[in-house]
Amino acid sequence: MIRHHLFWPVAALVVLLVVNTVFNPSFLEIELQDGHLYGGVIGILRNGAPTLLIAVGMTLVIATRGIDLSVGAVAAIAGAIACTWIASGGDALTAMLLALCVCVLLGLWNGFLVSVLGIQPIIATLVLMTAGRGGAMLITEGQIITVDDPLYRQIGAGFLVLPIAILISLSVLLAVAALTRGTALGMLVESVGTNPRASRLAGVSSRTIVWTVYVFAGLCAGVAGLMISSNVNAADANNAGLWIEMDAILAVVIGGTSLAGGRYSLAGTLVGALVIQTLTTTVYSIGVPPDAILVFKAVVVIAVCLLQSPRTSELFGSRRRAGPARTRTPEVSAV
Amino acid sequence: MKKLPTITMALVLMTATACGSGDSSGSDDGTITMGFSQVGAESGWRTANTESIQQAAEEAGVELQFSDAQQKQENQIRAIRSYIQQDVDVIAFSPVVETGWDAVLLEVQRADIPVILTDRSIDSADDSLYETFLGSDFVEEGRKAGQWLVDNAEGEVNVVELQGTTGAAPAIDRKEGFEEAIAGSPGIEVIATQTGDFTRSGGKEVMEAFLRSHDDIDVVYAHNDDMGLGAIEAIRAAGLEPGEDIQIITVDAVEAGMEALAAGEINFIVECNPLLGDQLMELAEQVVAGEEVPKRVVVEETTFTQEEAEAALPDRQY
Repeated sequence: MIRHHLFWPVAALVVLLVVNTVFNPSFLEIELQDGHLYGGVIGILRNGAPTLLIAVGMTLVIATRGIDLSVGAVAAIAGAIACTWIASGGDALTAMLLALCVCVLLGLWNGFLVSVLGIQPIIATLVLMTAGRGGAMLITEGQIITVDDPLYRQIGAGFLVLPIAILISLSVLLAVAALTRGTALGMLVESVGTNPRASRLAGVSSRTIVWTVYVFAGLCAGVAGLMISSNVNAADANNAGLWIEMDAILAVVIGGTSLAGGRYSLAGTLVGALVIQTLTTTVYSIGVPPDAILVFKAVVVIAVCLLQSPRTSELFGSRRRAGPARTRTPEVSAV
Repeated sequence: MKKLPTITMALVLMTATACGSGDSSGSDDGTITMGFSQVGAESGWRTANTESIQQAAEEAGVELQFSDAQQKQENQIRAIRSYIQQDVDVIAFSPVVETGWDAVLLEVQRADIPVILTDRSIDSADDSLYETFLGSDFVEEGRKAGQWLVDNAEGEVNVVELQGTTGAAPAIDRKEGFEEAIAGSPGIEVIATQTGDFTRSGGKEVMEAFLRSHDDIDVVYAHNDDMGLGAIEAIRAAGLEPGEDIQIITVDAVEAGMEALAAGEINFIVECNPLLGDQLMELAEQVVAGEEVPKRVVVEETTFTQEEAEAALPDRQY
């Protein structure tokens, strides 16, 4: 079991939850309040929903040996467009559709740069990462746009027993899993990631597949941006989705998807996104001093990555054969 | 954002030609010419700050050469050099960062032009480089927030604090001032403090975690309105009444915050006043006339209770 690629991420998640429960015994309690669930775990699911959704899009992009750095900026643009539209008297549904259409266009742009012009993904999406946030600031004129719309509030802060945001993210995750693993599509994506040229020669239309995953990543980022802005009823072009691309990439990597492409795990991405959000929540609940937050997070992430690396599992394998299994215990508590 | 550099360029070009064409900025005609370099237009607070300076200059009959540095020190240094070339009567600016000003300010000093810092200070061993620093006293703002709590608290009070961005001067000073004010009241205790990065989503997420790990929170002290507004959302989601079950104190008094205060969701706001235009023009006239001015001038700031907010809201400019 220890050899399974999700063993250490899941172990980290469990340890974090245990730490939270030790500091706050009622952490795992879930209660029914005003017809919806409320509790520590529910909070993690709701706040983690945007990162999870972006990470799902990112998983497919990374599987094709690409990367999308622009997702945070795209999220900011989505929030900016939706809130500006609503604030100028528009209808919330139109606002969201409009925002998502723009995000699809931005995804098309990224996909065009990568698949048609053959620009390195990290450079191609870097363009939109920097310019996109500027664009969002132009839309909001540099101000924080506050809105008060009952429908718009739902997507990020609403509940259907469970938070609506996590229901959206999980449905997308399941739909993608069914579509790519239930059909040959997933294999085609992986083959493009392994060797685009060979796949093309074998009859796989690499260009269409690569283009599509960037459009999908843009759409995911757009919906996540709506969640982020709806959660606080405001669009903050400066800060919305800031560094979320790093969290998403981290979630994907913790989940065992290789940055070299050709192999991906959606279940891993789910676990990775949960680890990252639980880590953030833990920092707040156990009272890590603000100036130590980044170091604390880094230590946990490094520990998970180290434990997960093939070398370490080899070491564990040989040590287990050589000596008693007890040696494992201190490593786990170090996480 | 792309068009702003062009505007700055155009401004520099325009002012350069104005300089070449003759004596339009000379100091002999009695009117004062001020070169002002603003940080940028990153928030509603900053926009109000800019408008106040422009309006006050017009009212005081001061000729204002305004430039926007877009948060970049290099733009600001370039603007200051162009003001030296134009030989303006006084240079004022809000430094983007604290350090790295000595060289350019020495050039200004050699050109014999007085300098006024607004809103933010600089970190330099040589304080003869500027005449005066006009800005808010963040420690005093924290003190006012703490004092209100001391005056209104009864019995045991548990406070949670939402700090600004770690390391930012307002965050450090507002924390310090607040702690100073409540030091003499053993009943008031800060039970948790965490950074919310001055943003709404930061304030909301941290407050959610606080509400879960502490079930005895009486008061939230947020270093700005935005984090306070995020905390309101979190408190409401937890089934509590913001302003009633948990009292909220914030700093800034931007429009959204004042509306929440008037609606009873926030209990007290300490103003951080961006409208320093009039004070700036007054100081400019004094330094140009060669009068002694204090090295540090604090912006006139007030505080708002819920009733005061309701009364003040219609006339607020930002």
